[in-house]
Amino acid sequence: MTPLSPPSSAPLVVYIDGVGLLGPGIDHWEEGRRQLAGLAPARLQKTVLPAPAALPPAERRRAGATVKLALAIGLEALQAAGLEAAQVPSVFTSSGGDGLNCHEMCVALASPDKFISPTRFHNSVHNAASGYWGIATGSMATSSVLCAYDGSFAAGLLEAVAQAVVDGVPVLLLAYDTDYPEPLHSARPVPDTFGVALILAPQRSARSLARCTLHGDACLTGDPADQLADPVLEPLRRGIPAARSLPLLRAVATQQAGRVVLDYLDGLQLALDIAPCA
Amino acid sequence: MQPLLLSHFTTTSCIGRGLTPTLASLRERRSGLQPCDFEGADLATWTGSVAGVDDEVLRDGLRAYDCRNNRLAQLGLRQDDFEQAVHQTVARVGRQRMGVFLGTSTAGILQTELAYRRRDPVSGALPADFNYATTHNPYSVSAFVRRFFGLEGPAMAVSSACSSSAKVFASARRMLEAGLIDAAIVGGVDTLCLTTLCGFNSLGLLSSRPCRPFDITRDGISIGEAAAFILLERVPGSLDANAVLLRGVGESSDAYHMSSPHPQGLGARLAMQQALASAGLPAAQIDYINLHGTATPGNDAAEGQAVAALFGELATPCSSTKGATGHTLGAAGALEAVISALALQQGLMPGGINTEQVDTTLAVNYLLDNREQPVSSVLSNSFGFGGTNCSLVFSRAG
Repeated sequence: MTPLSPPSSAPLVVYIDGVGLLGPGIDHWEEGRRQLAGLAPARLQKTVLPAPAALPPAERRRAGATVKLALAIGLEALQAAGLEAAQVPSVFTSSGGDGLNCHEMCVALASPDKFISPTRFHNSVHNAASGYWGIATGSMATSSVLCAYDGSFAAGLLEAVAQAVVDGVPVLLLAYDTDYPEPLHSARPVPDTFGVALILAPQRSARSLARCTLHGDACLTGDPADQLADPVLEPLRRGIPAARSLPLLRAVATQQAGRVVLDYLDGLQLALDIAPCA
Repeated sequence: MQPLLLSHFTTTSCIGRGLTPTLASLRERRSGLQPCDFEGADLATWTGSVAGVDDEVLRDGLRAYDCRNNRLAQLGLRQDDFEQAVHQTVARVGRQRMGVFLGTSTAGILQTELAYRRRDPVSGALPADFNYATTHNPYSVSAFVRRFFGLEGPAMAVSSACSSSAKVFASARRMLEAGLIDAAIVGGVDTLCLTTLCGFNSLGLLSSRPCRPFDITRDGISIGEAAAFILLERVPGSLDANAVLLRGVGESSDAYHMSSPHPQGLGARLAMQQALASAGLPAAQIDYINLHGTATPGNDAAEGQAVAALFGELATPCSSTKGATGHTLGAAGALEAVISALALQQGLMPGGINTEQVDTTLAVNYLLDNREQPVSSVLSNSFGFGGTNCSLVFSRAG
């Protein structure tokens, strides 16, 4: 049966008003911006996670890698955009979750007594980072928590753009992944930790870095995803799902207008237009 | 918000495969809870398991997705002609214009639990047949359903613990309003596994008896499993009076604690208020509330306070259907959305099962018996770990 040709839909436009970034050899957006723009060499260096100072001490002790990562990038993006967390809805997207916590839990469940600690269990939910985000920032705004395996960044971007445009509010998108210990690592070989946060606003502001347009139906494409020429950054893009965002970040960093294609689902990529706001 | 049509729906849980047995169980006030006999879980608790899940053989070409969760997903898709309804809608709108947004808390994590038991004694390696991507990963259930129907549109899993498959309605609503899709398969699938059974046990939240929501003696949850699917579309020009609409959605975060709700139910109240506001309905026009009602002392107390504050003490009839189905975690929102739709179409407010004496400190109009009368609008609550809340308003078209 031939499907009906899909009706056209209006373009979706958002402005990137703040970026948070943390990954191998990248401690913040300014560092990443310089590397992506070719102003500084990309570095092969393991990701360093800062302590989650925003959390009360009891929660700080329990926080795993995904929580530390999400807090660092989320707060960096909010600050850049000059926004308070309380009113900003968030979209959390991760290709898996806290791998170390999952490993420890599965080891315990394979043991005779099957005891898992309450902390292990409550850190095992995919929305752990979102929950701690609310506790750390006091934000009671809605928070979506998504997964689309290797396409998790693009899935989160679609969700956040739709929310910003339909509800007419700035939205905080956080995409993050952490590495898994063995033996899970062999089944899911994520090599290191990477996270990116973006403030996506429906209106242009003095802080806007770039305009991002999704052309309705045409945003889903069979065209191949963009790659990076850099020999350090391209393996990073391929190796960590959240780093599939790098072609978009490169366009923001270089302030060049053009089309960006990102990995999404099997046989389907996400295309968008980027234009600088400077 | 613009109302949306639930053009087709189905659910499978311990009270029945498909709508007819589900409705019969609700009418006859049957619970599907049984003493826990889940393999490897030696726990004094009751569970709501679906018979025959492990006998379900995944369709050719989809065997890589084989795990208990995707077996239940397929079993659920095959009830109530849901499969045919999807194919008909796809023929109308196109396979790129159909989204898949499913909620799950643990997806196929059971597969990893089992693989860890089979680690190589020397190297510690997982068995070669273990496939993380297609089983354990939260997205595996949405990938499975997308492939099952050969769809080419947007897809994702929502995994926000027990609000997961209520929040998929919010995501689908935004995608439809943004014009990115013309229809969506929304729903939720969650299955029994040791992670949730042993995890809730270590938190001391499992009841040793069938769960008793809002009862004075309530002491914890009974874990269940379910698959529920709904086809969601824009409202067409003409509607049958019995058609069910999604009228309102409210979402909030508690910002309070990872595993306890805000003690006064502040987050819950915000979600309910927003759902009413987006539906454009005053609280008085809600005929029945399907409570989250997990039967833990803390959850029910918080929700009871929030409901009483917003709807008036002892006012709107309400109940939790978890005494019948158990708490199906990431599938609960979608399962209870389908029960809400049945309530609207059948004029049935299902009374809570197992609950004998309502805790009078929870000043709500908790139904201990079924009530048969026309129902125009229903509010359905889903709240989860990490303080994630979602309330949905459904209405009859006529």
